[in-house]
Amino acid sequence: MIGALARMPSTLRTFGGSQVSNLVGLLIVAGALALTLQHVLQHSASFFFQILIIGIADGTIYGLIALGYTMVYGIIELINFAHGDVFTLGGYFSLALFPIFGIAEGKAGFGYVIPLLVVAAITMLLCGVVNVAIERVAYRPLRHAPRLAPLITAIGMSSILEGAMYLWRGPNSLHYPDLLPLTRFNIGPVNIGVKDLIVITFALVLVVVFTLFINLSKLGKAMRATAQDRDAAQLMGIDINRTISATFFIGAALAGAGGITWGLYISSVDPFLGFITGLIAFTAAVFGGIGNIPGAALGGLLIGLIRAFSDSYFDSSWTEVLIFGILIATLVFRPTGLLGMRVPEK
Amino acid sequence: MKRLRVFVRENSRNPNAIAYTVMAIGALALPGIVQFANGGNGDFLVSLAADGGVYVLLAIGLNVVVGFAGLLDLGYAAFFAIGSYTYGMLASAQLISSPIHHAVHIPFWIALLIGMFVAAGAGALLGAPTLRLRGDYLAIVTLGFGEIVPRFFRNMKDWTSGVNGISALDVPTLPFWITGPWASTQLAIEHNFRFVSFNPTAWYVLVVILIVISVIGVNNLYSSRLGRAWMAVREDETAAAAMGVNTVNTKLLAFAIGASFSGFAGAFYGAKLSLVSPDSFSFIVSITILSMVVLGGMGNIPGAMIGALLLYSVLYYFLPGAPAQATALAHNLGMDWLNQSSPDGWPGIAEFIHRLQFIIFGLILVGIMLLRPQGLLPSRLRAQELKRGVHDESAVVTT
Amino acid sequence: MSTDQKPILSLQGVIKRFGGLTAVDQVSFDVPKGEVFALIGPNGAGKTTLFNCITGMHVPTAGRVVFEGRDIAGTKPYRTAQLGIARTFQNIRLFEYMSALDNVKVGEHVRMKAKLWDAIFRTPFARREEREVSERAMEHLRFVGIERHADNYARNLAYGQQRRLEIARALATEPHLLLLDEPAAGFTPQEKVELMRLVDKIISRGITVFLIEHDMRVVMEVSQRIVVLDHGEKIAEGPPAEVRKDQRVIDAYLGKSA
Repeated sequence: MIGALARMPSTLRTFGGSQVSNLVGLLIVAGALALTLQHVLQHSASFFFQILIIGIADGTIYGLIALGYTMVYGIIELINFAHGDVFTLGGYFSLALFPIFGIAEGKAGFGYVIPLLVVAAITMLLCGVVNVAIERVAYRPLRHAPRLAPLITAIGMSSILEGAMYLWRGPNSLHYPDLLPLTRFNIGPVNIGVKDLIVITFALVLVVVFTLFINLSKLGKAMRATAQDRDAAQLMGIDINRTISATFFIGAALAGAGGITWGLYISSVDPFLGFITGLIAFTAAVFGGIGNIPGAALGGLLIGLIRAFSDSYFDSSWTEVLIFGILIATLVFRPTGLLGMRVPEK
Repeated sequence: MKRLRVFVRENSRNPNAIAYTVMAIGALALPGIVQFANGGNGDFLVSLAADGGVYVLLAIGLNVVVGFAGLLDLGYAAFFAIGSYTYGMLASAQLISSPIHHAVHIPFWIALLIGMFVAAGAGALLGAPTLRLRGDYLAIVTLGFGEIVPRFFRNMKDWTSGVNGISALDVPTLPFWITGPWASTQLAIEHNFRFVSFNPTAWYVLVVILIVISVIGVNNLYSSRLGRAWMAVREDETAAAAMGVNTVNTKLLAFAIGASFSGFAGAFYGAKLSLVSPDSFSFIVSITILSMVVLGGMGNIPGAMIGALLLYSVLYYFLPGAPAQATALAHNLGMDWLNQSSPDGWPGIAEFIHRLQFIIFGLILVGIMLLRPQGLLPSRLRAQELKRGVHDESAVVTT
Repeated sequence: MSTDQKPILSLQGVIKRFGGLTAVDQVSFDVPKGEVFALIGPNGAGKTTLFNCITGMHVPTAGRVVFEGRDIAGTKPYRTAQLGIARTFQNIRLFEYMSALDNVKVGEHVRMKAKLWDAIFRTPFARREEREVSERAMEHLRFVGIERHADNYARNLAYGQQRRLEIARALATEPHLLLLDEPAAGFTPQEKVELMRLVDKIISRGITVFLIEHDMRVVMEVSQRIVVLDHGEKIAEGPPAEVRKDQRVIDAYLGKSA
């Protein structure tokens, strides 16, 4: 059904007025920037930098989640609605693991670095396993079914994961221990927290390592080949099922790491956190260019910044309207996203 | 009599005819049965059934978009919201507190049509720039739109009272109405009848009539020139265009007609509940309606209706009732300790069952898709296709 | 040959570029009315691209496509169908999950007048039109000889029947010009003979046929005039007997010019 759309020759899909619509898009962006600038000038510089740092930290976390959406979409053209919940699961798993490794609030120090990293590694592993299992159970049997079927199971899996966390720890939001140092220091007008720096660094390192992995490793090459043309990749001796499983595993591991980072940064998680966070991260993936890995990271960063600035300089109740407005505008004016690479058609 | 027998024989093997018959008999008998079974206190069930009718209308409308034209809409609740809010603003005292300072009280029957046209207009407005996008991208756009609309209504506090929503909506009125034993009263004609909330039977009758009209209209569309164009676009857009089908207009019509159903379902819903609030139109509502269509059998009208009825009764009758039933069961089995919450995290069986609802909803979606990806009552063509295999010469289409 | 008549279709300097690749390069020729006109050439010569330029699926980079006296270059595909150009596809593109009859009825779509109002309320007008259209569609199926399969799913028809159904669907749009993209591909010799007979029948209805075909026997036998494309350029034009002897055509087919 939707396959019929994909069969259209590409010239039918790229509409004639792309120059015009690019121009309109540019004008909108320029207008938004001007408006922001005007608001920024009304507040102090230190406030600006504070918001900037919050935006960057949020944005790198969105980027971590967006990578999973973009990879899965790139390889099997499915919006994995359960992905946002795998991110929440990262928070829940790590919360359960902390007592086992003797981690508790109020005793922050260098002694926690190793256990925290171990918890992160185990959490990422568990999230990966859950996501691979989801793909096995709910998506793989439907790979040749009508396009809507896996979408419905994805929504079903999302509901199951949310339900499982709800059942496990109840409906209320859980306090996530403050494990990072709360020290802040000034660099010129910029007041920055050690926590901000750790969160940003951790997320950035993961994004960079992961991007290098996709570009350089054999598995990464197999993923890109499968995304380009599944049949051809199979003919070249690539094990499609393993590659898809690996994609789900890595995406979920990154989302799990995102869950921990979120917990450490925001200090709370709840069973339904992944729903709206997932939608926003998905917007980031589309914004950057769905299927495009650096695009997801960039999109995440920009969406994080937009969110932070809209919350503080405008009206937070309109932030999500703005973000989803960006989602629609991106697809209308520039369906290939900011980085403009074309998703291969299958 | 003979003609009737021939008709019955011809249709006794037609699953759609059976489905329509069962639904029609069920719809007629339901008020009587629930009143009888509950000793005359079945009003809440009739009311629940009338609310279920709203979902049937929504499923019929979304089926036009997704099932007929093959356009994936993940934000259908947005049009539902637009219909409800249109009615809420045009048929209540709400606009007194708005910047125009005048209450507008348009009669229900006209407001119903206005809600329909406003939603259809919104569908066309959203569709015009986006319908040329490929399928998945369209789905994402509708998802975004579905997220924006309820937030927009929530934020426009001056017009919509924000999170509190619009309350005390006008009720529909009719010059006369017939009541009788089915509404637990004597047979009589009431003059200047008002649809009040303590008379759910009237609402129920109204929604059934709306559904019947909708089914006839959509069935006509399905077998018309436009219906064929929708399916042609769904099957192969390029070939449809080469055959002279204006694909953009065709898709736009599907979008607008689908939205119009949602619009008038929304107006009905607002009038019956007498409250329109931004929380009633979240993503989960869009997903629920989509699941109804897909579970029932995409592209098949009675399929979508049955999907709506089944999922609605699970979500709004069985699941909400389950905690109380489990509590009663535990009590009867002498296991009252199950009903107590305990400090080690056990929340009591009622709460436990309540918390299970998300998992149950998810399992229903995943289970049915895995076991029956074509839906419970697929369009006959597809059912036959799946049964007989791909290249079977004898496969005969009988629609 | 009726050269005194105005051609039904006239290509004038048509160019189509995709990025750096020139798929069709400065092609000009006239398709006379009421004849069978053939376009041949090696794989990748730009034949289907040229068809797409005529039917509006591609917008030519330059040049004019004059159909019945008006330039239709860049017209939307559904408009060219309304104007009277119908086509079939090289890789059959039927509406698979619709019955054969409904496939043909989609072809009638452009000639139908029922409005949304008629469709929703099934007005007497809509009913009468629907009945007439069903009858006409059956006639088209009979014309191509697959009326027995009217109620079958398009995808359940045999390969040859699918090709015929595509022709019936195209005829249902009541075209003046019918473009057939490799109608004999994958046919047995027997089926090819039947196809040639069908083309004759179409011509006798006053419809001009313009076809792309690889099978030289079919082309030579059925067509009155041939244009040869190679690497997007026209290398020869004329009656079959002439084209067959043309040295450049022979080279193109034997691969010398590559």
